Amino acid sequence: MTTSSKPPRSRLDPDPVPRRDWLGLSALWTAGGALLFGMIGMLKLPKAAVLSSPSKKFRVPLPETLAAGEAYVPPGRSVALFKDAEGVYAVSTICTHLGCVVKANPEGFECPCHGSRFLADGTVTKGPAPRALPWLKVSLGGGMATIDEDTVVPPGTKVS
Amino acid sequence: MTPVDAGGPALREFVENLKAVPRRLKETAFRTGPPVTDRTRSTFVFGNVFLHLHSVRTHRWSLRWTTTMGLGIMTFAAFLIALVTGVMLMFYYKPFPDVAYQSMKDIHFVVPTGRLIRNIHRWSANVMVIGVILHMARAFYTAAYRRPREYNWLIGIGLLVTTLGLSFTGYLLPWDQLAYWAITIGANIAQSPREVTDALNITDYFDPGGFQKLLLLGSDQVGAEALIRFYMLHVMILPLVLAALMAVHFWRIRKDGGLVRPPDADERLTKKRAEETYPVFTEAPAKTYHLAAIVRGRTPNVGRGPENTVPSMPHLFYAELGVLMFTLLICVALSLVSDAPLKELANPNVPENPAKAPWYFLGLQEMVSFSAFMGGIAIPAIVLLGLALIPYLDRETKGTGEWFGGPGGWPLVRLSLLFGLAVPVLLEAFAIRFGWLREWFPDIPQLIVTFINPATVLTAIYALYSIWCIRRYESARAGALGLFTCFLCGFLVLTIIGTYFRGPNWEFFWSPADWPQH
Repeated sequence: MTTSSKPPRSRLDPDPVPRRDWLGLSALWTAGGALLFGMIGMLKLPKAAVLSSPSKKFRVPLPETLAAGEAYVPPGRSVALFKDAEGVYAVSTICTHLGCVVKANPEGFECPCHGSRFLADGTVTKGPAPRALPWLKVSLGGGMATIDEDTVVPPGTKVS
Repeated sequence: MTPVDAGGPALREFVENLKAVPRRLKETAFRTGPPVTDRTRSTFVFGNVFLHLHSVRTHRWSLRWTTTMGLGIMTFAAFLIALVTGVMLMFYYKPFPDVAYQSMKDIHFVVPTGRLIRNIHRWSANVMVIGVILHMARAFYTAAYRRPREYNWLIGIGLLVTTLGLSFTGYLLPWDQLAYWAITIGANIAQSPREVTDALNITDYFDPGGFQKLLLLGSDQVGAEALIRFYMLHVMILPLVLAALMAVHFWRIRKDGGLVRPPDADERLTKKRAEETYPVFTEAPAKTYHLAAIVRGRTPNVGRGPENTVPSMPHLFYAELGVLMFTLLICVALSLVSDAPLKELANPNVPENPAKAPWYFLGLQEMVSFSAFMGGIAIPAIVLLGLALIPYLDRETKGTGEWFGGPGGWPLVRLSLLFGLAVPVLLEAFAIRFGWLREWFPDIPQLIVTFINPATVLTAIYALYSIWCIRRYESARAGALGLFTCFLCGFLVLTIIGTYFRGPNWEFFWSPADWPQH
């Protein structure tokens, strides 16, 4: 007969009871799983299926006289329209750095927030902006230009 | 025969009880009587739900002015002031675009004392931010984060982040130009992981930046959804998080053995004031171990008086009340001389120029003017991670509880102050005078500009300096002293440059008087 080398456990610190442990643990895991499952459903709440922002597509009358390289910014919009011999094109005026609205100047654009500079075709020349200003899709009809801010086109795409 | 007698014994007792109501009310509310003896002072503390977070007696070292300078209590007091004034403002504030701005105007010009309440709210928020930073510096320089207080240091970092989050979310609520453009910038910083995913051409499949911005704004631009989200975070979610973290923070102070003190604090206190040792018991206690409870150790302290401790009531509570009143004085005084700003109504088409965040974020803004992702997300994350790791990397014991304790000490901190101030000043001067990579090599890939810019170079120099400190003094504590001092200096220099020396288009100006008129 061998004696156990372990000291006897006291009433206050008994041996684990495996069956009770199993029931308790499975209850805990079930509760945790149910909560987690509910949370995953709730995670969808902050992301609406339709965004509340105003329409990204708009029509503006094309100005009759617009010198090549001169930007026309429709009121209330963050898009610059250009017109030259090859056609009409639109460049977004939302800075690719942190979303400020850039201002047109004779060389191109400048950002008031962190000093990024762009050429009139959107290329970055100075400052922290990581990308060029995107060109946006333009379609013409009846002296009006329709600009879709959601559709980016390759730079150099001009319509006439 | 009086009318009372006519009523019989029950009515007589009723009248007697009625007469005794004021006295009994007082007795039942203040059950233990006035706290004039040590025993009634003790019951005063542990019989009260709000006070029993403190222990009954406080070590004299904890009450020394230089131990904490009251900074933690000052931060808590500022939170209480902001809480009370914030609830008052909620009665008039309406979280909807444009209406929000009108309600701010109402609070400012129409509501009686509305302007003062708003000013106090704004100043207490500022005091809270300063307090939380200084309190962290105190805890660091006295090595209070060491065992067994590592976990409380982590909770403290959580409180720092939550405090900054509260300030940031409060910034949008006035819905003026300042608010609109600061939050536009902030939301785009949340989107800035795109700087890296775009350069790697994986944004279409993996876009954590876009998700963060959408989660924060509920839309792709700052609008009604964003305002209600920031409002809910500001008045409900973050205050609850803060309160929960504070409860744990205060509770841990007590469970970790009170405030940190040097191992020889008792000898030092007794040596210094041997002739005026404070009497521990003003009356002979009926049972010595009446209040004794064994938390750690084997025996109760029978026969050994708890030397160098004083009753928390009144010593500690009066000190805390003093700090609270002082904080209130600062907030009210500043509110009387300086009004909270309110610019024009938010205009999504014309950015404020320059668009500046609240002052404590201007160091960050200075860094994002080099790279949005590194300055706005990566470097702050590295700094927070570094702060959180301090107690786990410094496992030494020398200098615990001493100001600038540990190898190196004050001479090292002094050297680090000079180094930490000089490096960002020189780097900024160089970048302002000579430009940076994009100006020299216009076709340089974006990833190189993202990862090598003045902010990352500054971080790298600080990290190398810290490693030098570890080798020079053969101590992780010395490295932490160097790095933490550098971090405070960098924060200070970048914040000052962002606040005073940046003008329209974020260009450098010696003074706002030189700003071009526009």
